[in-house]
Amino acid sequence: MTARNTTYRALRQLSVVMLVTWLVLPLIPLAIWSVSKGWFFPNILPRKWTLDAWAYAFSDTAGVLDAFALSLWISGWATLMAIAVGVPAGRALGLYNFPGKSAVQLLILAPTIVPGIATVLGLQNVFLTLGLANTVYGVILAHLIPTLPYMTLVMAGVFANFDPAFEAQARSLGARPTQIFRHVTLPAILPGLVAGALFAFLVSWSQYILTLVIGGGRVQTLPLALFNFAGSGRNDITGTIAMIYVLPGVLFLIFTARYLSGRNTALTQLGRP
Amino acid sequence: MTTPRAPKLRSVAALARGTTRAVYENQTFKIALLLAPVILILGVLFLGGLSIGALRSLNYSPNLGQTTPNLSAYVTLLSAPDTYWSFLLSAHIALTSTALSALLAVASALLLRQTFAGRATINFLFQLNLTVPHLVGAIGILYLFSQSGSFARLAFAAGAIDAPRDFPALIFDPNAAGIILLYVWKEVPFIGLIVLANLQSVGDGYEHAARTLGATRTQTFRHVTLPLITPSLAGACALVFAFTFGAYEIPALLGAHYPTAVPVEAYKNFTDVDLNSRPEAMALSVLIAMVSAVLVGVYLRATARR
Repeated sequence: MTARNTTYRALRQLSVVMLVTWLVLPLIPLAIWSVSKGWFFPNILPRKWTLDAWAYAFSDTAGVLDAFALSLWISGWATLMAIAVGVPAGRALGLYNFPGKSAVQLLILAPTIVPGIATVLGLQNVFLTLGLANTVYGVILAHLIPTLPYMTLVMAGVFANFDPAFEAQARSLGARPTQIFRHVTLPAILPGLVAGALFAFLVSWSQYILTLVIGGGRVQTLPLALFNFAGSGRNDITGTIAMIYVLPGVLFLIFTARYLSGRNTALTQLGRP
Repeated sequence: MTTPRAPKLRSVAALARGTTRAVYENQTFKIALLLAPVILILGVLFLGGLSIGALRSLNYSPNLGQTTPNLSAYVTLLSAPDTYWSFLLSAHIALTSTALSALLAVASALLLRQTFAGRATINFLFQLNLTVPHLVGAIGILYLFSQSGSFARLAFAAGAIDAPRDFPALIFDPNAAGIILLYVWKEVPFIGLIVLANLQSVGDGYEHAARTLGATRTQTFRHVTLPLITPSLAGACALVFAFTFGAYEIPALLGAHYPTAVPVEAYKNFTDVDLNSRPEAMALSVLIAMVSAVLVGVYLRATARR
């Protein structure tokens, strides 16, 4: 029995090591490429370590900083709009039962499952007539397709655990609607709201095909720049952009881990691509 | 914002005043107001995009003078062998990726339920992985597994190959090995965390009971654990299948020139200089929507039982 336990533990520890290695493995060549030059076959490690690619990425000519700023702008607005629309919707879905609720839920769930390519080609056609195709505004609106349902689903979960009796008590004590929201509702939903918003931002941050089709190649966000460099053979710059591109996600993860104790619904919802 | 009200308190107060109906209508109005923006936005962007795509796939575009819908785009697609190869490839990518990810995810979730050195690390890496965009992982897989990538260099150093071309073509290959590797890397943490959350909320009471009643480890897993996690696992798998079937940038980066995955084929037709290819692009996107509609159904069925 003890021998069997020892074997079991050894096997478990081996699978832990393999799993950890596998999880970080694809990020390693990207990180190394970002600080190397001419790292070609058959060199296992680069001959030359340099920050040239970083210097290039931060230069005005590369357009990487512009792409970063544009991505921030688009994802920021898509997130703000998702909050403005998703919080009330989440409240309705989390607190009330009403006729037609399952139809509304279906309308909100479907965009999280139906791939972007299925809707975006038709949407581009609509945006073309509205003058929104090939514009940043059009891309922001298109990004609402994944971010808004995501935010709504997170907030529905948050409001399902919210007791509106607190609001009724505040009202009976004479609080005005804005006061109730500011001092009762908002503090209660804030942790979920912040986590949901951060991950809604990441959902927008990772969009590719929606930006490509609606932006018509004229709206150059960070993932589009990354894809272009990946296809151009400039692996060092590709590695650098990849490092810059994953940064917000890493920061958000560290922030939410400190800000929110325990598990939150937002994170397990995030993989919804 | 309208005045928030507690539903329970409302009904009591309303009954007391004998105005249930008026208050109920007031509440319906409030719910409608809360939901109107989301319904309007998704109605226009999502349903609008889908329906205009469907109309264009039928060659219906009144402003171009085409007012009689026809099925010629679908006929063209169905008579081209490329279409079948694309659908076979996408089905293969989605099925293999989902099956492998589910298998490894369940194993990981069972592992993460135990206490051992490195558990916190795996937990952190699983969450970190969720924040890494698919595209970044795909480029990482490209640099690891291409014929001049890290593994090819290690194989060369070990004397197993003499030149890059001796290394098996895992990237840009018709079997889509690189694409599947990326999806397994990305989706194991996703499914794993969902199953783990499910396992933790159920607890291990049922499994203990089964073991006490004499069930073996295998029997306990087969007849107790697996049925408990099936709904959440099936739901997560539906999401993964839909994504891996319909994602564009991953097969565009890691896929072979022929055959191409359905989304890549759709985009190729969409951007073709020949505008007659556009209805075919729309038809392909309609077919992708149909596949994902089935998966929406699977997801709803799976999660309704919870």
